[in-house]
Order: sequence, then C-alpha cells, then structure tokens
Amino acid sequence: MALVQSIPIRRVSAKPGQIFAIALIALFLAIFLIIPAGTVIYTAFTEKGTGALTIVNFVDFFNTDLFRRSFFNSVYVSGMSVVWATAIALPLAVLTTRFDFRGSLIIQTLGFVPLIMPPFVGAVAMQLLFGRNGTVNLILNDWFGIRIPFMEGLNGVIFVQSLHYFPFILINLSTSLRNIDRSMEEAAQNLGSSGVRLFRRIVFPLAMPGYLAGASLVFVKVFDDLATPLLLNVKDMLAPQAYLRVTSVGLTDPMGYVISVILIAVSIFAMWLSAVAMRGKDYSTTQRGGGGLSRRKLSRGESVIAYGVVGLILLLVLSPHIGLLLLSLATVWSFSPLPDAYTVAHYGRVFGESSLYIKNTLIYASLAGLIDVVIGGAIAYLVLRTKVVGRRWLDWAATAALAIPGVVLGIGYLRTFYGITLPDGTPLATLWVMVVLALAIRRLPYALRACYAALQQVSESLEEAAENLGATKQRTIRRIVLPLMTGGLLAGFVTSFSTAAVELSATLMLIQSNSDAPIAYGLYVFMQSPAGRGPGAALGVIAVIMVALCTLLSHYVIERRQKALGVTK
Amino acid sequence: MTVNINSTALAASPAKAISISDVNLYYGALHVLKDINLEIQPGEFFAFLGPSGCGKTTLLRLIAGFNEARQGKVVIGGQDVLDMPPWKRDIGMVFQSYALWPHMTVAANVAFGLEERRLPRAEVERRVQAALELVGLKHLADRRPSQLSGGQQQRVALARTIAIEPKVLLLDEPLSNLDAKMRVEVRRELRDLQQRLKLTTIFVTHDQEEANTVCDRIAVFNEGRIQQVGTPMGLYEKPANLFVANFLGTANILDGTVSGSGAQRSFEVKGAGSIPIPEGASVPAGAKLVFRPQYATLGTLEPGAVALTGTIAHREFLGATVRYGVQVGTATVLIDAPFHSGETLLETGATTTLGLKPSSALWLSE
Repeated sequence: MALVQSIPIRRVSAKPGQIFAIALIALFLAIFLIIPAGTVIYTAFTEKGTGALTIVNFVDFFNTDLFRRSFFNSVYVSGMSVVWATAIALPLAVLTTRFDFRGSLIIQTLGFVPLIMPPFVGAVAMQLLFGRNGTVNLILNDWFGIRIPFMEGLNGVIFVQSLHYFPFILINLSTSLRNIDRSMEEAAQNLGSSGVRLFRRIVFPLAMPGYLAGASLVFVKVFDDLATPLLLNVKDMLAPQAYLRVTSVGLTDPMGYVISVILIAVSIFAMWLSAVAMRGKDYSTTQRGGGGLSRRKLSRGESVIAYGVVGLILLLVLSPHIGLLLLSLATVWSFSPLPDAYTVAHYGRVFGESSLYIKNTLIYASLAGLIDVVIGGAIAYLVLRTKVVGRRWLDWAATAALAIPGVVLGIGYLRTFYGITLPDGTPLATLWVMVVLALAIRRLPYALRACYAALQQVSESLEEAAENLGATKQRTIRRIVLPLMTGGLLAGFVTSFSTAAVELSATLMLIQSNSDAPIAYGLYVFMQSPAGRGPGAALGVIAVIMVALCTLLSHYVIERRQKALGVTK
Repeated sequence: MTVNINSTALAASPAKAISISDVNLYYGALHVLKDINLEIQPGEFFAFLGPSGCGKTTLLRLIAGFNEARQGKVVIGGQDVLDMPPWKRDIGMVFQSYALWPHMTVAANVAFGLEERRLPRAEVERRVQAALELVGLKHLADRRPSQLSGGQQQRVALARTIAIEPKVLLLDEPLSNLDAKMRVEVRRELRDLQQRLKLTTIFVTHDQEEANTVCDRIAVFNEGRIQQVGTPMGLYEKPANLFVANFLGTANILDGTVSGSGAQRSFEVKGAGSIPIPEGASVPAGAKLVFRPQYATLGTLEPGAVALTGTIAHREFLGATVRYGVQVGTATVLIDAPFHSGETLLETGATTTLGLKPSSALWLSE
C-alpha cells in the first residue's frame, strides 16, 4: 500500500474543445432563451415606473373584468378542445388497435394531416363551411330550418382547435394501446373478466399515461395559440390579450407580461401533470412477441357503423383542407354552399406578388432547422459521449423552451432587444434574424430529442474503433458519428423546418415590415380582409404542399439510407 | 480462412513487451481494478481469463485508452501509454461486436486507419489488399458489412486492425459472436496468424477452453484482482487458490482440519478419515483439500494412496469414463473412473473407499 501511495494520482483531463462548445451553447441559450424569458417574468413582478418588486400587477389583472373573463375563456376553450379531441381520437384509436379493421393505415396516416397546417389557416375555410352562413348551416336551414352555432365565438375556436390537435391524442393513445401486452388481457380473461369490464379495469388504466400525455399537450397548445382566436375575431382570451396589450398599449404595459407569466405557469403545470401521470407507469411493457392486444373481427352490422363513424370523422378532419382548397380556387364564395365559379387567378397573384413570403419562409425555416440540428446534435453528443461538467444543464435549458409559448418569447425579444440598436438606428429586435432565432429556440426541444435518438443508434464501439485506429475525437465525429447520424439529423431538421415554416405566434410579434414576412404572417395579413381570402387560401395550400413535400422527401431519404446501411429490421 | 503463408506485405515490427504496474481503477466509488501488476513478453499470446465483471475487459480497454486509471503505469515497448489519447497509441483492438462501420465498404473500413495516418494513397491501397488477402477476403472488398456473415465480419475487423501494423493486438472476446463450429476453426486461425506476425497479443475471454488452446500464458482475474499468472498446464496442475482451481477444470473440495506438526501433519476430513500432508507441502490458513476427479480411485488403493470412506450418491455413464458422485463426510465429490468392458459398476447407496495419493492433492484457501 505504501508503494501505491508514492505513485501520483492521475486526473481525468477536461478537453478544451468540449468546454468551448459547452460555453458557446450556454451563451446562445442564455441570450436567446433564458434572458428574454427571465426579463418577461421579472417585468411582470416589478412596478411600472419605479421598478420595485411587487405583485400588484397580478392583483390588477384579477381585478379587471376583461382579464378574468379572458383567463376563464382560455381555460374553458382548452379544456373543451381536449374533450372534443378525445371524442374524435378515441374511436379511431380503439378501432385501429383493437379490431381487425381495414383502413387502419389510412386512419393513422390521415390522422397526421392536420398537423402539417397551422390551425389558423383552416379557420377561415371553416367559417365558410360551418359558419352561420356556411355550407353546412345553409343546407341544414334549407332542409330542417335550423342552424347549429359551430363557429359562434368560443365554439369556433374549440371546433378548429380540436380538429387540429386531436392527432396528439390519437398518436399517444394508439401507441399505449399497441404497447399493452396481449398476455395482460389474456390473464384478465383467464381470471373471468371480459367485455366492457375488461376494458375499464385493465386496458383503460394501462393506456391512461399515454392518453394523459397527449391530452396535456393539446391543452397547452390550445392555451398558447394566438393566431386562431385572432383570426376568428375572438379577443377575450389570454394569448390574444397579451398580443393586443403589447402592440396597442405598448411595451411598458405590465399586463402583457402578467399574461405571459400565466401562460408559462399553465404550460409548466400541464407538463408537470403529465410527468406525474407517467411517473412509475412506463407500461410500455414487456415481453415482445406476444405483441399488442388481440384484434377482434367486426360483425357485418358493426362494420357498417364503424366505417360510417370513421368516414364521418375523416371528412370532418379533412374539412379545413377541402375548404381551403375550394376557397383558393373560388371566384366568389358567400352565402352559398359551394363557390359560384372557379379560377386559378389567386395562385397567379400569390406567385406574382407574394413569392417573397415563400422565399422568406424557406430561408427562415431552413436556418432555424439548421441551428436546431447543430445545437441539438452538439448537446446530444456532449450529454451522451462526454463527462464535461454542466452538460446536463444545457439539456434542461434547451428543454425548458417547451414551457415558453411563442407569444411570450416574442414579447421577451421585444423587451430585451428593442433598446439595442444597430449603427443605422434600427432596433435589434426588429431584425429578421430575430425571427429565425425565435423559431430555432421554439423548435429546439423537438430537434434535440431527434438528435438524441440518432446518436443513441450509433454504438459507442464504432467510435472507439475509429479512435483505436488513429482517428482523433474530431476526426471520429466527422468520419463516423456524423455520417451515421445523418438520417436522424435530417429527421430533426425536417421536424424543425416544417413546424417553423407555419409558426405564427412569435413571428407576429417580431415582424415589422411586409418585406421580412414569412408565409404564416402573409397568410394572416391576407385573411384579415374578405378580398384577401382567395390569395390567402392559395398561399395556405402552397404552404401545406411545401411542408408535406419536405416531410415525404425526408422519409424517402431516411428510408433509403437505412436500407443502404442494412439497419432496417 | 485460407491464410496466405507467403504474404509478407505487412511488415512485422519487432514484437513489443507490455509491462503493467500498480494499476488501480475506480468507477466512482467502485474499485474495479486492484493493484494490477503484469509482465507480458514480446510476441507472447496472452489471455485475460475470468468470469464476467472480473475486470478483464476493463483492463483491456485501459490499455487501449478507453478507461482512465487513477494510478499506475502501462508501458508498451518502453513507452508509458497512459497519458496518450487512444488515437496516438498504435494499439490494435478487435471489438467484441466487431464495430464495423456500416456506412463504409469492407475496403473503406480497412483503409480507415491508414488514411488517418496520412499514408500515401498507393501505400494505403497496397496495405488494404495485403490485409484482406491475409484474412482471405480480398474478393469481398466492395461489400458492406451488413452483407457479410459473422465470421467474415470478424475477419474484416481483424484485417482493419492489423493493416495499421499495431505495436500490440488486443482481442476482446473475439469468438463470442460465432457459432460453436466456427469458434474452433477461427481460434486456430488466430493462433496461426499471431505466430506468423509475431505480434504481442492479449486475448480476453471467459472460456477456459479458448484460453487453454490458443494462449501461451493466462492471467486469471476475479473481482478486479489477478489471481494467478501461468501457462495453461501450470494453472491446472498448480492453481494458487480455490478460485483458480475451480475456474480451470473440475475441482473437488473437502473441508477439514490440520492436526500434528512438522513431518507428522495430517488433514482430518470429518466422518471420512484423514490424509497425511506431504513434507514441504504448503498449507495456508483455512486451507481445504483439493483434487481433480481423475486423481482418485474407488474401491482399489494404488501404492502410496490413503483411503477415505464414502457412499455412492449418483452415477453418470459417459462412455470412456464413469463419473461417480461420492458423499464424503458432508461434501459430495466427483470421481472419474475409466470404463472397461464387462466391468460391474458401483451402485448408488453402496459404501466404498476412496483412494487418493497425498502427492496429487493440494491444500488451498480462498
């Protein structure tokens, strides 16, 4: 032992490159996420003028009738959206996972369709289909002399949002149902349970965590959404109020910040709730091979009902898209079930005047996607492959962006960067680069997950083999890690790109001139006036096609790569 | 694999010795390698043998540079390598999973290390060809790893490693992903290749048969410590402790107490009799009596043997031998008796005498 004492103790050396990378990312996250968000929260708790810490702003908020109403409206709309989204998703999930149902694939695929278009795009088309004088109500009035207020006030927001966001519940619920081992069900049957009781006591509890995860996501998304209520002319909800206060009263008005803090708090609460629901309930058990719940054959009568229900739901789900397409091709569409005549003039106008929107969108979304993949990839590598101090903090900070709604980030950027001006006098906050950064920050958590998944698929021994044969860490990353991660990084890029391409909340805050505007902003501007609806719809169709094409292309590329590497199952 | 005997395209540099001294390694608070000291001769085929979790792979990865020791030295060819990053060490390692890069062809995999050394293109090409020829896979140079069988993948991994002409070769369980028949074939080829390249090689395995058949010397690991170093025969004949005796081959172990002193010592097995301890035999404190199944007889006594009493507990007919389980005192020992045609076998329950020469017995402690 004395001998051992005399031998110097070796220390694990920290690599300067890794420390540099970690510092750079930390700086980026601090400037563009933590400081803006922190500024918003700090401002909400300071007295206007004096700067003293206070909660008087919150007292004012709850003493104002409009804000109280807005708060309850937001909660009500989000809650009801979850209820209706569940009503749509539950039958689809149960039918496709529990029964021998032809067309399961179509349902699963069509289920994703709403997600490639932001909800507000469909909102106007929905007015024309389901509004007071829309297609459906005109027909109902003709035949039965009744009108149903689908789109009146808050109903409209709930209707549009639940149609848009139900896939989150469908995906999570289907996955949970599919992950339940058949033996769970068989064991219950063996012990004498069956039918509804079996579903209630075994299947439903096992699927619950997945459902709650999806439901809380829907709640948050609806709660934070700014553009849909604005377009439907619903102003007494929280996100629109925050936007209106900041844009009309000004950046110094504390109410915008108070609302922001409430939006953040609700996001965190919902995420915490779903985390609690999931904790210790990772039911995605089990001995594979038994594979999923047993599927039952439908009888003829059941089949007819099932197909009827599914057909109706799918029609409903696709109605914003159908409406949008009709609107983009319509000359005049008002007080009639279908447009009066058809034209392609709107597309001509969009490509002529508004190609700038398309160009801007491609630039912003690509840059945002690129930033996300670079930062996400770097964080994933630092967390999974190194032992640098502070790497976990990066992960947490990047993930924290989930809790910051777009409106809040926009307000934060305005507050933080408005005072900083460029040499020519323009405030930093109004520079188009800020939109790119806001989009990148908002999408970073999703891209980060994709990067983790991609890196986890690369076995560490592949890297060690390269180092063993003489490649340095940097060379190993370039020649082994990056090529093998390409598919996953591309998936991350496309996720960021396609969602950034249609995001509006933060953009609406930060865009100051039409020449800097992306498609989502252009759409919003077009949709404001009745004359702009046609071109707006055409722009919407183009956006949908663009995003859909990118998604398809990336799927194709990723699949081909996987085949080439021989890693497909 | 048809090893090309005439292939001398890969130069064999003079074999290097490996000297490991006072290596200690911790994972957090867990002491994984404890005071490792080891001298491996130039050109030796050396095995790290032990059960899983014993530290043998940890030590191999330490030599390659993938673990960091808190204390100690690893000197290869006169140079301490522990402060070098893995890519500067010139140590070839064949990974258990082979770790072939799926996005590169076989030739590109083999060329990798040479390219990293910035060798001229012609030299890279020449050495890739030579390495692939050496393992008999020249015709598969343009395939992807996923298109190869397990045995072929293993050869590519080997070719990739020897192409850089490493100072020493490390093999991490190289046979574990092959089926039983391939294993016997490949281990002979490995031995063949090593002899021709005269490359100091460390072979990590948990399979004593692999270690015995391929290697010159073996280090037996348990719980982070080297238990014993020796030739396969030496370890079998003279195990240093109960763990080594048990891990290499079958060992019978009997509890008992030592009585007497000097030349008159004997070992008392409770309820079965006693055995004189030969003069000069080492008997550590708490020692137990150890002997191999084929060194005892049943019923008969060879000259110089002493008798213990026992009862036949069970019997297995194995063809050339009959393996008896014999209850001796509180323990059951295994005795292999050669089978002769027409012989009557002992029946279960029969009382018998067990004959053992004190000279073929050992006294070992934990």
